[in-house]
Amino acid sequence: MTSALVVDAALVLLVLGLALWITAARAAYGAAVGFVAYGLLLTLVWVRLAAVDVAMTEAALGSGLTGLLLLGAAARLAPYEADEHRRRPGTVLRVLVGVLCAAIAAGLAAVVLLLPDPAPSQALAVAAHLPATGLGNPVTGVLMAYRAVDTLLESVVLVPALIGVWSLSTEMGWGGRPGFLTPCRSGSALPLLARVLPPFGILVGIHLVWAGADDPGGKFQGAAVLAAMWILVMVAGLREPPPVSDRLMRFLLVVGPLCFIGIGAAGIRLAGAFLAYPEAYAKPLILAIEAGLTISVTAVLGLLLAGPPVPEPQYQRQSRRRS
Amino acid sequence: MLAALFADLMDLGGLLLVIPLMLPVVGLLLALLVRGRTLGRFALALLLLGLAAAAVIAAAVATGDQALHYQLGGWAPPLGVALKADGLSAVMLLTTAVVLLGVGIYAQRGFQVPAGLPETRRSLAFWTLLCGIWGGINTVFLGQDLFTLFVALELLTFSAVPLVALDGRSETLAAALRYLLFALLGSVLYLLGAVLFYGTYGTLDIALLADLIAGADTLPPAVPVAAALMTVGLLAKTTLFPLHLWLPPAHAGAPPAASAVLSALVVKGSFFLILRIWFDLMPALLTLTAAQVLGALGAAAILFGNLVALRQTRLKLLIAYSTLAQIGYLFLIFPLAAGSSSVALTAGALQVVAHACAKAAMFMAAGLIAASLGHDQIRELRGSGRTLPLTVLAFGLGGLSLIGLPPSGGYLVKTLISAAAVDTGQWWLYLVVQAGGLLTAAYLFFVLSQAVPGPRQPTPPHERPRLAQQLIVLALALCALLLGLLPLSAVDLLEIGRPAAADSGAVSALLADAWTLDKLWASLWPVLIVAALVLAVRYRQQRKPPRPEGTSATLSPGRALDQLDHLLRQWPVAGLLLLVLVAALVQTMLVGG
Amino acid sequence: MSGTTLFGLCAAALVGLGLYGLICQPGALRKILAFNLIGSGVFLLFGVIAQRGGGVLALAGTGADGDPVPQALVITGLVVAFAATAIAVTLLVRLAETSARGTLEGDEPPAPESSDARRT
Repeated sequence: MTSALVVDAALVLLVLGLALWITAARAAYGAAVGFVAYGLLLTLVWVRLAAVDVAMTEAALGSGLTGLLLLGAAARLAPYEADEHRRRPGTVLRVLVGVLCAAIAAGLAAVVLLLPDPAPSQALAVAAHLPATGLGNPVTGVLMAYRAVDTLLESVVLVPALIGVWSLSTEMGWGGRPGFLTPCRSGSALPLLARVLPPFGILVGIHLVWAGADDPGGKFQGAAVLAAMWILVMVAGLREPPPVSDRLMRFLLVVGPLCFIGIGAAGIRLAGAFLAYPEAYAKPLILAIEAGLTISVTAVLGLLLAGPPVPEPQYQRQSRRRS
Repeated sequence: MLAALFADLMDLGGLLLVIPLMLPVVGLLLALLVRGRTLGRFALALLLLGLAAAAVIAAAVATGDQALHYQLGGWAPPLGVALKADGLSAVMLLTTAVVLLGVGIYAQRGFQVPAGLPETRRSLAFWTLLCGIWGGINTVFLGQDLFTLFVALELLTFSAVPLVALDGRSETLAAALRYLLFALLGSVLYLLGAVLFYGTYGTLDIALLADLIAGADTLPPAVPVAAALMTVGLLAKTTLFPLHLWLPPAHAGAPPAASAVLSALVVKGSFFLILRIWFDLMPALLTLTAAQVLGALGAAAILFGNLVALRQTRLKLLIAYSTLAQIGYLFLIFPLAAGSSSVALTAGALQVVAHACAKAAMFMAAGLIAASLGHDQIRELRGSGRTLPLTVLAFGLGGLSLIGLPPSGGYLVKTLISAAAVDTGQWWLYLVVQAGGLLTAAYLFFVLSQAVPGPRQPTPPHERPRLAQQLIVLALALCALLLGLLPLSAVDLLEIGRPAAADSGAVSALLADAWTLDKLWASLWPVLIVAALVLAVRYRQQRKPPRPEGTSATLSPGRALDQLDHLLRQWPVAGLLLLVLVAALVQTMLVGG
Repeated sequence: MSGTTLFGLCAAALVGLGLYGLICQPGALRKILAFNLIGSGVFLLFGVIAQRGGGVLALAGTGADGDPVPQALVITGLVVAFAATAIAVTLLVRLAETSARGTLEGDEPPAPESSDARRT
């Protein structure tokens, strides 16, 4: 047994242990804390799987922002939790479900062991056509060229998700500011942190986007870091979240996907297909789209966390109560 | 000049497919920037353009007599993502465009921004999410890549769920959350299946996968597992019985225009992918047992859904349970597919179209009735027939298609399924189809017998519907009713772009045969008897004092049915059934294959 | 057995555990957590497939990276899963605020009594 395998086995045990904790923990808050740690361990797993781009996304989005969302919700929902345990399904039902879940996991494990060897792959094809895109990072090549439509649709999917979150406001709240991220108590270290950290965070985020063309990184990782900085500033009370009717914010939300569609449509004339790039300008066009998408995705991610708008007086009352 | 433009557009070939893909998406994004009262008009203009695009695509497929293909970004699969519109997709695009246009006209009133306000929560959410649903479902119809289809399904789900909770009551919030979580479970199972396909064959393109699967001597174990996971995941989104836990409260709780879209279109998106999987991706893998499992669930859905619909006291809940039953018909085609795949597929597609038009009309009609009365209790509909004659007429005409009376689309579906069932010796399917029609007739006539008689309401209506709303509802109902009168060549469109089936020509023969007098009479007389029975029962109820509560109620089969429904809609029970279904499908495919 | 296979087995276990939690946990927030567990299991399985697919690159002597196609799709999937979690959490918080509960269980009124009472 090599040392690498020992490390992997230990990692797997830790991941499974945390997954068990998330499932079995008595309080949702504890489970959510476990989920953040779980996400960080998964980041290590992704590094071990030679997928640094995914590792960054998992750390920033899967662990960081999702964790923030779940922790916030767990804190808000704690008062209603006592009622839950009473409503657990009966033992027979739980045993039956447990047996079937175990059977499905076992079946999947068998399928994993029986996956074909050598494994089929697109890695060579991706590498062979990468020069035509002017990119050095094959993952970015897949996201922006070969499967550009998936990336486009995904950036679009975020918009109905945000509208869905906004639509959960009350009629009174419309036009107010998002109410999940009310400023924290004054006197904590957060405002200081929120002044010091963002300049670095913004640099890191922009670097991730810029480097993503050739090295690990990209708009989603960069946008997640930028969104985290924005959230920090909002929670520290240095900036209020914008009202949902803010014109500039609306424009920033859609500029990325619209720019993507526009350049894609130009591709019909210039490169012979929708979402194709003329070879000479492929890289600058892709970078332009990435810049646009970074702006929009940052805005959406931040606003998804900021929650539905609340009426202005209520927002101020919540802020006061916290401080 | 219009004709010249039309011809020019048809010359675009595969590039045409980008229009239905991108038009809704651009609409969704721009709707965030459009202000005030123009928002509804803007969406309507887009929907008109979308209808034109769908018509051009259908014409291009029909005249070219072949499917349209397009490679996005110029990259061929397996590296790139392809789009394809065969006859089936073209018909679905057209149906979606027609139904959404109807809903768009209907919703102009309910979701307009009051003068003087820049926008309201309801208007922004409704029109943007309508575009989102449209974009998602169009991508489902055109996409040829399993992962692109996953993203499309999520677009559909994320757009549909908030519509359920638009009025913000706690019941609708709970319904929306159940819908979201169960749909997410469905999508993650679907994605797991897609992942296993990539791990086995290194591609996600449906055509390439189909070739690889058909060409293999022995199937890798991943394939049946992946097929079962994807199918069950999609069943959870299509809400086939017994996975219907979220459908009744969600479809009945949404605003009427949203209910129409959810019932008529959204559940059909995931059904369409089940068709793609079993008819395009791996037709050979549909073993008889697996097909029988799906068919049996469909049959159970028809009987159970219709019986529970009979028990409902609220009109919108009745229509929601009727949707549950009508989804059942879609799955009867699987046991028939082995013997006569083109008949089965035609019946399935016709059912999607007929039910989409009929159910959209019925939900919107119920919305108008409820708005005018201030409630939707079936027992207190008296007089609505006088106040809203066009609307009650539309409700009835839509219902005729659900029953399957000529000349409706439902009649063609019933004829095809019955004939194929008799041909393949599956009499139980024939009986289920007949029984389902009669049960539908029973609740439809019950509603009409409450609504039609009685004087005009003495009290002024809560809200007087616009004539445009009443007319558009009637128009959609007429679409469903007159679907059967379309020339046979329209049905042939469904076969374009598909491998020639062994039974090509069978559909035309069966449909030509459907218009003989004794066939028509045979479909009519049982329904007339049910109508007479319903009237007789209603007459007796009016004469006799109500039965004292509690004497026989404890043992009544009706209450047992309600309790069964209540049990099946418990979250852990539905989850258990879902797991059982995965295990059963894997098992049938491993044994059968 | 290689580390990659080990991660594949871990992914299968995560899917099973998540399914159990999603079905049997009464609290809706716990269900959302369980959904994220299943999701991470599926993504991890895709990552394992990507790593296995990178074998051709090693054979061709062009590096030890994985197959970039699944990696790119996982990134897309993670963003979609975040959006799903955001809607679900917001819905749940709103539901808890309006009806003072955080579960999906038992929210149906016991239908038989009420409907029978109205029928007769």
